[in-house]
Amino acid sequence: MGTIKVKDRDDNIHQLTVESGSTIMEVIRDAGLDIEAACGGCCACATCHVYIGEEWLKKLNPRDDDEESMLDQAFYVKDNSRLGCQLEYTDELDGMELTLAPE
Amino acid sequence: MSHKTDVVVIGAGPVSLFAVFELGLLNLKCHLIDNLDKIGGQCAELYPEKPVYDIPSRARITGEELIGELMLQAKPFDPVFHLNQQADSIEKVGEEWKLTTSSNTVIQARCIVIAAGAGSFVPRRPPLENIELFENTSVFYSVRDKSKFKDKKILIVGGGDSALDWVNDLASIADVTLMHRRKEFRASPDSVTKMLELEKNNKIKFVFGQLDSLSGNEKNLNAVKYKHEDEEFSIEVDYLLPFFGLKMELGPIANWGINLHENLIKVDTEKFETSVPSIFAIGDINTYPGKLKLILSGFHESALMAQKCFAYCYPDKKNVFRYTTSSKDLHKKLGV
Repeated sequence: MGTIKVKDRDDNIHQLTVESGSTIMEVIRDAGLDIEAACGGCCACATCHVYIGEEWLKKLNPRDDDEESMLDQAFYVKDNSRLGCQLEYTDELDGMELTLAPE
Repeated sequence: MSHKTDVVVIGAGPVSLFAVFELGLLNLKCHLIDNLDKIGGQCAELYPEKPVYDIPSRARITGEELIGELMLQAKPFDPVFHLNQQADSIEKVGEEWKLTTSSNTVIQARCIVIAAGAGSFVPRRPPLENIELFENTSVFYSVRDKSKFKDKKILIVGGGDSALDWVNDLASIADVTLMHRRKEFRASPDSVTKMLELEKNNKIKFVFGQLDSLSGNEKNLNAVKYKHEDEEFSIEVDYLLPFFGLKMELGPIANWGINLHENLIKVDTEKFETSVPSIFAIGDINTYPGKLKLILSGFHESALMAQKCFAYCYPDKKNVFRYTTSSKDLHKKLGV
């Protein structure tokens, strides 16, 4: 168990409790924040696009081909862009800061 | 075109196809409408090659295989498909419904079954300020008439099949620039090879970038600003064709006077009927206490919905519940 800090599109910061094994998309969605996650988490859309706080980026596995391809359908993609459904929470990510990408 | 049937099903995904089967066993004929150009809904559009593991009796089946099997199961009942169009409006005519689609197909039926999943697939619109002002004059998400692009400056954005197909197609008649955030493409290898060949021979241009803003006067675009690695660029264009895949939205159904809860349609759990009698909702689009968005839930919902549709279509007939294993009558319908 740990927490992540999610900045929404109005710059409000939400501290969310996460259990290991959940994906970042699931945590954000289940907290009722505005993340579409249209495909339900099978890396088949790009509607759980988030920006990861710089210092946390290196703790994540790099994007695989599937995620990279789906990011082609996202807007304002940056170096720290990730799809939340592809990020499984581990204790190492306790305290991670991220921002919801614009829609 | 005008049609008459028993039940019109909105959506052509897995749950719709199983509804055709369940309704068919009760002698009810169906027409189906889908905004995609193919049958199968999300299974066909989002994850045709991805395996699904929670379909009863199928330890592992891909989206495409599942649709193939469901089509086979629905085949004896001759469903009629109306693809590439959205269910637009409904009107009550006596006891029946008259549904009109975005292509002006009119279908009259006693019951409507909404099995539209997360909504209909529509092109994803880039979140650029004022883009709607330019849509259908300078910005297009699909190409109907290529002749207007002749000798014009076209900016195509994206890395998938739609983007590359149009780059390759329009290269011979227009001044085409392809923009993408990286020089790797999801499109089929053949299209990629062809595009790179065109680029090598200076028949098209490629630029790295992501859309940032649009400028023009009134409805006519004249320039697009874009960014690459924090640097800003501008390109003169007559037409912009952004291809960022599809997204799902509820669309016109939201205005049909049916009770909704957070963009989902409220139903009872006996008949899966909406707040409007003889309009049903099954699959991911409905909500009720305990709802799980699983294909298998949609299958169950189809079977119960069909019972009530029968009562609407044949108010004087008694419906005798029968099993497909033993009923000669059902065997006849199934052609076995």
